[in-house]
Amino acid sequence: MPRSAWLCRKGNWPVSSRFVVLVVPFVIIAIFWLLARREAKLRHDPTHKGYFERNGMTLGILFIVLVALWALFLVVLPYLYMVVESFHPQLPPSKRGGPEDVLTLEQYKSFFVQPVGGGLNVTHIGALVFSILASIAVTALNFAICYPLAYYMAQSSGAQKVRLLMLALIVPYWVNEILRAFALRLLLASRGLINQALMGLGITDAPIDFLGIDVGLYVGLSYAYLLIMIFPLYNAIESLDKNQIEAARDLGAPWWRIHRDVVIPYAKPGIASGCTMVFMLSAGSLAAPQFLGGPRTLWFTSVIYNFFFQNFNWARGSAYAFILLAACIALVMLMLRLFKVSLGETIK
Amino acid sequence: MKSAWVMKGMLGFYILLFFLYLFGPLIVMGITAFNTPSYPQAYPFEAFTLDWFVKLWNDRNMMQGLQNSFIIGLGVVALSVPAGLAASIIMSQIYHRARGLFYLVTISPLLTPGVIIGISTVIFWKDVLGVTEVTKAIFYKGVVLTILGQSSFISAYCLLIFMARLTRFDRAQEEAALDLGASYPQVFWHILLPYMKPAIVSAVVIAFLSSFENYNTTTFAILADKTLVTVLAGQVRQGTTPALSALAVIIIGISLFGAITYEILKRREKKRAEQAQKRALVAERGDGQGDALPAPSSA
Amino acid sequence: MSAGVELDHVTVRFGDFTAVNSATLDIKGGEFFSFLGPSGCGKTTILRTVSGFLEPSEGKVRIGGQDMAGIGPNKRPTALIFQNLALFPLMTVTENITYGLRVRGVDKAARTKKAEELLELIALPGQGNKQMSELSGGQKQRVAIARALAVQPQVLLLDEPLSALDLKLRQHMRNELRTIQRMVGITFIYITHDQGEALTMSDRIAVMSDGVIQQIADGKTIYDEPATAFVASFVGENNPFAGTVVRADKSFALVETRFGRLHGRNPRGMKEGDKAILFVRPESLRLGAGASDTTLSSTVKSVAFEGNMTHVYLEGAGKKDITVSVGRQSTTSIPERGQMAAISYDAALGLALPEGQLARE
Repeated sequence: MPRSAWLCRKGNWPVSSRFVVLVVPFVIIAIFWLLARREAKLRHDPTHKGYFERNGMTLGILFIVLVALWALFLVVLPYLYMVVESFHPQLPPSKRGGPEDVLTLEQYKSFFVQPVGGGLNVTHIGALVFSILASIAVTALNFAICYPLAYYMAQSSGAQKVRLLMLALIVPYWVNEILRAFALRLLLASRGLINQALMGLGITDAPIDFLGIDVGLYVGLSYAYLLIMIFPLYNAIESLDKNQIEAARDLGAPWWRIHRDVVIPYAKPGIASGCTMVFMLSAGSLAAPQFLGGPRTLWFTSVIYNFFFQNFNWARGSAYAFILLAACIALVMLMLRLFKVSLGETIK
Repeated sequence: MKSAWVMKGMLGFYILLFFLYLFGPLIVMGITAFNTPSYPQAYPFEAFTLDWFVKLWNDRNMMQGLQNSFIIGLGVVALSVPAGLAASIIMSQIYHRARGLFYLVTISPLLTPGVIIGISTVIFWKDVLGVTEVTKAIFYKGVVLTILGQSSFISAYCLLIFMARLTRFDRAQEEAALDLGASYPQVFWHILLPYMKPAIVSAVVIAFLSSFENYNTTTFAILADKTLVTVLAGQVRQGTTPALSALAVIIIGISLFGAITYEILKRREKKRAEQAQKRALVAERGDGQGDALPAPSSA
Repeated sequence: MSAGVELDHVTVRFGDFTAVNSATLDIKGGEFFSFLGPSGCGKTTILRTVSGFLEPSEGKVRIGGQDMAGIGPNKRPTALIFQNLALFPLMTVTENITYGLRVRGVDKAARTKKAEELLELIALPGQGNKQMSELSGGQKQRVAIARALAVQPQVLLLDEPLSALDLKLRQHMRNELRTIQRMVGITFIYITHDQGEALTMSDRIAVMSDGVIQQIADGKTIYDEPATAFVASFVGENNPFAGTVVRADKSFALVETRFGRLHGRNPRGMKEGDKAILFVRPESLRLGAGASDTTLSSTVKSVAFEGNMTHVYLEGAGKKDITVSVGRQSTTSIPERGQMAAISYDAALGLALPEGQLARE
């Protein structure tokens, strides 16, 4: 039996066409391998040792299997596959691989134009824009909150004190995201402690609906990713030579100029890395919007969530996921370019 | 001088506020765990009770979720720590032109929203495992998919931990072992692995904790199963009960215990290193005196 | 047991850069042989080629007459002492010393016995259970030597092992190394940029520059009869006078320099018209005039009193001053700064060599 016949055995085998794109990473690996071979032939390198010579057969194979399992089967292939899926129509399982299973831009179009009735898809575009703007706001907020502490820890306190502060920072981080959201909800709810206090002090008569007006959402996101900001900042500022600050102070620079002209330019890669992480995490977060967002607030990940769990439209969910990813990456790249930081420095 | 005092006071106030922000919500939640009203309330404190802890213990869903969380955590550790270690070693040996791409690919899960990781894992493995009925029946399960999905980014944490330690590794040690006759695998087991041990311990702890508390990826990959966090999420969505506060108290208690133990161990180690240093200094003073070699008898 | 090491036209290239260019030499079994040269001259590359970490691009390495091509560092009868020692910090002294035996499958009892023997040899008896962090610099040095000797190598390779120690300890360790070499009787190949180390310890020295072996000889010959301008300027202090040979015979040459015609020996047999450099060492120069073709004069720039010696620096031809070292027994009066002074030397102590690259100061 020829191979192709075996592949098409069932006629509507659902995945064969989708697997084509999965060959791409293997082609790339093959290209690099050939390049490496060619270079080794052209330039003699006296230190060169073959891969298996260096690691031994058993370990060498083990390393490759582990890394291939991870990098290919857990990272690259699922991503590619999701992208492929987003270019397909949503079909019941029996029709997958059938004649209706063709490549289409339908899912992406549905993000911009309402599938039913036409017209601009204001809800979803609005959700994306809101998610991104709110994430930018949260990133800025966290930077403002964390910078002074990171600076204090890095520049003006002893090793013992820093260790204690670190410990105090890490402990609450071990409490999981949901419980942290829950704790904030207890505080901010209409029957929560803050409203009790406000009313007890006679500042307001009726409870303020913090969750309804999205205060909960912002606080929740900021709270969840506080440490993601503080550690890169601390690491970056810590390596700055104290003498530079002393020198600037000697020259009579006021404190804000020291920060603007000396500390911040030096810590730029750390700032970029902290901001990138916080932005990406909050744009992709699910818990805080679900548990702390107001009833009318639509976070983009919740839209995606609903496609999977309520409408069972995986194709459209994939397309939306890809749109989110692309939008976030584009924005991060733009910001990095704007502030003249290289991506390499950021992800170090 | 006066302005320095003002600055200092402001700084102290700011640090106080910061930690109040960090700990305040957790403390309030902690208080509600011991208060009797069924709506979690910190004030007024009506009466002390441990009922909510008992209730937690009797919640079968939560216990089932806890069990799955443990299984997943162990699975993730078993997969990501070796994968991260292998990747860190391959990173140092890979063809130099491919290194950038390899780094980007392995680090990309850290910058990808967890939701997307969860979705892509489910979509991909559903079709891959669906190729035969047998694989589908055995492996197409929430626990398995969650291990795979979480490992994709937790391996990247591990990779970063290992790379940080590897850059400080003295390659001459590898060569010294080789020169003394060790084979390449022996160098790995005798020299590199012991050197990496502290990093491996950190990676295990961090991998397990990240797995345990993950929500975004898990909620997609877990399918019909449940973990502690998804059970929690379900309960929080339905309403609020002091039993959740009780759970948080337990978790905070465990992490405090862990953190303090870690700190004590670290201090003890530091003391030991200082003593060794002192002895080395004493030895240094004796260098080149007293214990010299005997003169060659034949010359 | 000791084995000789032969290099047969060994060339090592890194891409377009040639680190070692066609090195050929023959180290005898049991010899203390040093490679001396400034950093980047290729001496470490040679050592790594002998130990097997590098494969030569061309040529052959033979140890004990056997071709080493394709034999890895873990299969060669050599042991290397690293510049930073590369002791294993997570192992005790004994574990370090016996690591080579452990990977050879020697059982624990035999290993412990061997460790005790070696600890005795390096004068650290009973200290086997110490951690590396508890040892002083000199003790670490000796543990590194013991670790290398434990595998009973036929050739011991040492890559500037003393460079991390302070001056006093370094001088002390020179004697110890020489002592150990005599006791164990194996071939030592020693890499250094410190001529004092090379001259005091070695049976023979190879002086290297830019990947090329300049001269192979014993220390006295290297100092008294340098073969090239590089060796003359690198080993010990020397005053170079560049010029052209105006008259030459088998043993002597007359070189026209900026300071007049100067006389010197002509071991390389230069002919009239050849570009040459005449070398006279500071301690061979004396103050005061002598025969006309061994006398020159210049302005005194400075005088430095150094206890046993007084150095007089005179205006030289280029950037470099002419140095005259005057011993205490000399009765000549030391000239003042700014004076013109005549200096001279014995014709036999002047050395004319073909023009070539000088060592950087």
